[in-house]
Amino acid sequence: MSKAKQELIPLNGDESVAYAVRQCDVDVVVAYPITPQTIIVERFSEYVHNGEVDTEFVCAESEHSALTCCLTAALVGARTFTATCGPGLALMHEMLGVTAGYRAPVVMAVSNRALSAPINIHCDHSDTMAERDSGWIQIYVESAQEAYDSTIQAFKIAEDPDVLLPTIVAFDGFVISHMLEGVYVLTDEAVKSFIGERRFPLVMNHEGRAVQFKLDPENPITIGALDLYDYYFEHKRQQEEAAVKALEVIRRVHEEYAKLSGRRYGNGLVEPYRLEDADIAIVCLGSTVGAVRTVVNELRLKGIKAGLLKVRTFRPFPAQDVAEALKGVKAVAVMDRGCSFGGRGGPVFHEVRSAFYDLDERPRVVNYIYGLGGRDTPPLLIRKVYDDLNEIVKTGRVKELVQFLGLRE
Amino acid sequence: MSSYEKGWKEVSIAGVCWLPSTKYLTGDWSPYKPVRDKAKCNKCLLCHMYCPDGAVIWNSKAEDIEFNYNFCKGCGICANECPQGAIEIILK
Repeated sequence: MSKAKQELIPLNGDESVAYAVRQCDVDVVVAYPITPQTIIVERFSEYVHNGEVDTEFVCAESEHSALTCCLTAALVGARTFTATCGPGLALMHEMLGVTAGYRAPVVMAVSNRALSAPINIHCDHSDTMAERDSGWIQIYVESAQEAYDSTIQAFKIAEDPDVLLPTIVAFDGFVISHMLEGVYVLTDEAVKSFIGERRFPLVMNHEGRAVQFKLDPENPITIGALDLYDYYFEHKRQQEEAAVKALEVIRRVHEEYAKLSGRRYGNGLVEPYRLEDADIAIVCLGSTVGAVRTVVNELRLKGIKAGLLKVRTFRPFPAQDVAEALKGVKAVAVMDRGCSFGGRGGPVFHEVRSAFYDLDERPRVVNYIYGLGGRDTPPLLIRKVYDDLNEIVKTGRVKELVQFLGLRE
Repeated sequence: MSSYEKGWKEVSIAGVCWLPSTKYLTGDWSPYKPVRDKAKCNKCLLCHMYCPDGAVIWNSKAEDIEFNYNFCKGCGICANECPQGAIEIILK
């Protein structure tokens, strides 16, 4: 496939997601407004009002209801989308597990926002990290452009019959959601043909017939019956299988999209930057990746062998890709924009550190908790992290396993 | 779990039922079951109407009521509602 025709237009992160959703031929959008996600649904409601889409658009009375509507519409066979963040995502929590358990491929944009209390509307990843084990795929992006690209990919990943898992596209609140960027957009036709129609796997119904996995009065199935100690465990094992299979599907969909758009984010799971000969490296996700990349370039000019690994897909976690990309690196700093209180480090740290455990040669891995509640993390602080890593390589000693970056003492 | 039950690779995803509920026997959930004193029963069928599980059946051939112990949960509503005091709930 040759590179498709594209147009460069100014969009902030929220608008870029709304633009992508408009192009994805979505049947049902249900949402409840919450800062900094609100612009997504505002823009989308304009598309609905102007007749640019034939989407059923519902303003629900809460996030819990919004996701419930999306879930049920998805089970009927609709392509569905919702958006939320922070406390709104927390209110959805029950239905996140239900949506994943019923294998409903809902796509959700989350403009990451801190969890209360104290109340805070700015970015950190404590909202989506708290949903780590909900069964959803989580893709973290670093720009409005990647938010646009990833939203389109998300529908194709979620709806893949081998996956059928709901998918979150997470992007930093305000830093990405409200920042105006030049975004390359594909034509409506190109997106529509890339995504195609929803496909349904066959399931055995109660009459012993193989029918499509959707609620259809012509071919009835029962979803939602009691599932006790006799089969619940088997259904959870299936979710695990789907999540593992998703690694390959995310990679494949990313590759197909890269051929169409010319834009590539590593292999879709991780994106290494100047790691080939790196001695020290930072692992992070979200908008901070951009700042770290700048610092890596500075350090490289000074002859310091610094590198960066962006984790784009956090669930399922690409442990092998992470270990492979950081092979030969002597010291690694994992940056977490969320805190697992009392857990000896943040959630990304735990995953990355664990990925090395069975290897004969492994780097020293330390953790930095940063940017909570929207605290800025300028290049100055990132340079400090690389300085610390250099010190670890030089002395062979880790002074503090978990540090708080940009915190006043 | 019994070995005849399906493994995770065989069962339908998302808990989609591959059997009708009539084939999923639930009568063993309860330690109790109802028994009827035929002499006291006047076949008013209040037990049949009150049973939340449809487990009190009218057998039209025999012109008599029967308990379907495959689905009876031993809740005791039939015994409670019986105006004749003809039903007793006993430990299985």
